Amino acid sequence: MATAFDTVKDYTEAEYKYGFVTPVEEDRFPPGLNEEVVRRLSAKKEEPAWLTEWRLAALRRFLSMEVPDWQKVRFAPIDFQAISYYAAPRQKERPKSLDEIDPEIRRTYDKLGIPIREQEILAGVAVDYVFDSVSVATTFKRKLEQLGVIFCSMSEAVREHPELVRKYLGSVVPPGDNFFAALNSAVFSDGSFVYVPKGVRCPMELSTYFRINAAGTGQFERTLIIADEGSYVSYLEGCTAPMRDENQLHAAVVELVALDDAEIKYSTVQNWYPGDKEGRGGIYNFVTKRGACRGKRSKISWTQVETGSAITWKYPSCILQGDDSVGEFYSVAVTNHRQQADTGTKMIHIGKRTRSRIVSKGISAGRSDNTYRGLVRILKSAEGARNHTQCDSMLIGDRCGAHTVPYIEVQNKTARCEHEATTSKISEDQLFYCRQRGISEEDAVALIVNGFCREVMNELPMEFAVEARKLLGISLEGSVG
Amino acid sequence: MLTIENLQVSVEGKPILKGLSLTVEAGRVHAIMGPNGSGKSTLAHVLAGREGYEVTGGNVRFGDEDLLALEPEERAHAGLFLAMQYPVEIPGVANMYFLRQAINAICKARGQDEIPAAEFMRKVREQARLLGIGEELLKRDLNAGFSGGEKKRNEILQMALLEPRLCILDETDSGLDIDALRTVADGVNRLRSPERAFLVITHYQRLLDYIVPDVVHIMADGRIQRTGGPELARELEERGYEGLLGTKLAA
Ligand SMILES: Nc1ncnc2c1ncn2[C@@H]1O[C@H](COP(=O)(O)OP(=O)(O)OP(=O)(O)O)[C@@H](O)[C@H]1O
Ligand SMILES: [Mg+2]
Repeated sequence: MATAFDTVKDYTEAEYKYGFVTPVEEDRFPPGLNEEVVRRLSAKKEEPAWLTEWRLAALRRFLSMEVPDWQKVRFAPIDFQAISYYAAPRQKERPKSLDEIDPEIRRTYDKLGIPIREQEILAGVAVDYVFDSVSVATTFKRKLEQLGVIFCSMSEAVREHPELVRKYLGSVVPPGDNFFAALNSAVFSDGSFVYVPKGVRCPMELSTYFRINAAGTGQFERTLIIADEGSYVSYLEGCTAPMRDENQLHAAVVELVALDDAEIKYSTVQNWYPGDKEGRGGIYNFVTKRGACRGKRSKISWTQVETGSAITWKYPSCILQGDDSVGEFYSVAVTNHRQQADTGTKMIHIGKRTRSRIVSKGISAGRSDNTYRGLVRILKSAEGARNHTQCDSMLIGDRCGAHTVPYIEVQNKTARCEHEATTSKISEDQLFYCRQRGISEEDAVALIVNGFCREVMNELPMEFAVEARKLLGISLEGSVG
Repeated sequence: MLTIENLQVSVEGKPILKGLSLTVEAGRVHAIMGPNGSGKSTLAHVLAGREGYEVTGGNVRFGDEDLLALEPEERAHAGLFLAMQYPVEIPGVANMYFLRQAINAICKARGQDEIPAAEFMRKVREQARLLGIGEELLKRDLNAGFSGGEKKRNEILQMALLEPRLCILDETDSGLDIDALRTVADGVNRLRSPERAFLVITHYQRLLDYIVPDVVHIMADGRIQRTGGPELARELEERGYEGLLGTKLAA
């Protein structure tokens, strides 16, 4: 009998709609990585000596490390000497107001649907715009300053708030943590910095939009968010890149610190260029994200919707150090065509009565491969710790793969871990039912997949949930025929 | 409105419909009765465009269109609705959300504006009340954990809101308690109009006491064997398929 999936198409009709290039003059370093490059980068950013030394130490670590190979993704060796480690749109000095921004750059963000404006669409969201290696604008800074909330680019934070940066940078992800974290520590160019003072509930979403524009470069941004005692902040990052045949590297590091009774909600909608249907080009998204629940009753919640990139390889993690602290990980990872994703989380329970919750939804289509890899480690000290993990996979077609690799290590007898996993397919009955009601096949797939992911989508800030829902549909276009 | 000529359909090489002909006029209610396995659901599915059926002969016209050339969603846009014998569950998709998506998809295909949220809510509430569907059921995931009767009522709710020209009901009465049967039949009767036609597949005379058909067909062995008025259904009730059609066709 003919099934809906007999003719699974391995191409997508929809072009990646963020795949354009902005014609700006860029200041860039020639390709190559050595101490001289790191010194020049640090000098360019007018960094203090301690940071230059910090970078150089990281570089030495990096040069002594090997590319890890334990993950279930395959890629050709990366030539780290062929990458340019700094590219920035040429500007005499950083624009003092939003009005001074290069019109080309302004147009870029208009086209991406996130105009650099403090009004209308994104009225409830402050945005830091990162274009290749530098932050080009940050909205609502004044408004946030009145509350004592610091939201600026990392370069600016190094200049304006060196004591905070020095205290926390690398305190969650040390420079030698892993291969790509070491690389990032040596060459990170920009990124966002957030500090929310004691007792302040940040009244708006903070957001960074990462855009890779230049060819032959990578993006190595560094984000640091500190929520002081009793504070709350919700932060969201989004990302896109032009369509190119080459693979580009995105190796970011994100560090979160939550002190007593503080809460950080970190959401990602990742839509880097995934490569073409044959797997040519696309971003290698190798990212280290980790949050430390240092304080008692603190909470860190990661929500990610991963639809882009040729390879996604990241494990947003929580170190649950404070007693009664809570870590959450909500993830949707969609792979189509030749995309590969190996993603999940680590929950490290140290404090008493620490709790963690993991909800992972993997959707694979085309010839893609989608792996959930998660570690729950409960140390001896974590009396009464709890974890609940739920991993659901959905397969579209029969040429893709879904894998679940849970690691559970429990060293305290009073702890309790629960793990549930399911695998399902979109049934022909479901597709027919939707189509009989007038919904096109592609919209039906999007509808069913969104239903499958609802628990996670509900965690996204409202302003972004609608976009993310559409994105799921778009990434799966052409997955059934 | 619907003209089926000599329709022949196989499933996995096995002939199921063996030259079925049937004409349905606007404003009329046709009932189709027939023994288990005679091909009633197959007919309904082929008309709605479900995959897995091979049409080996014949043709179907719906209005002035070649129905079999259309995709399932295009048939829905053209005004064909199938209330299914086994409505499927879609986890994570709220009943009301699904309804809204369906209505908007049809509006869009017809070049109309989407239905405003307030008007949609008003219509849904009104129809749900008439069909005895509670607010809670509208918010739940589509058909997930619905009882048999709730699923069937929900099919009629969708039908009422999508305002089709041709409504095919495949055993909508099975699994309904006596009160629900009334409610569902009332729902169908409210939709009767000179522009709309119904094809009601059922095993029981009881439904036809409430939805009084204009025409009754007896189907067996992949063909319409007898056609008559409402009295044919009553005759069937008394004599059974064997008495009506003989031993060979009743099997
Ligand atoms: N997908 C299928 N694969 C194999 N055989 C099928 C399939 N669908 C239908 N058939 C066969 O076609 C014949 C007609 O089935 P159909 O469901 O149309 O009958 P029906 O008249 O609706 O019966 P009922 O009154 O029990 O609902 C049956 O013999 C059935 O087994
Ligand atoms: Mg049937």
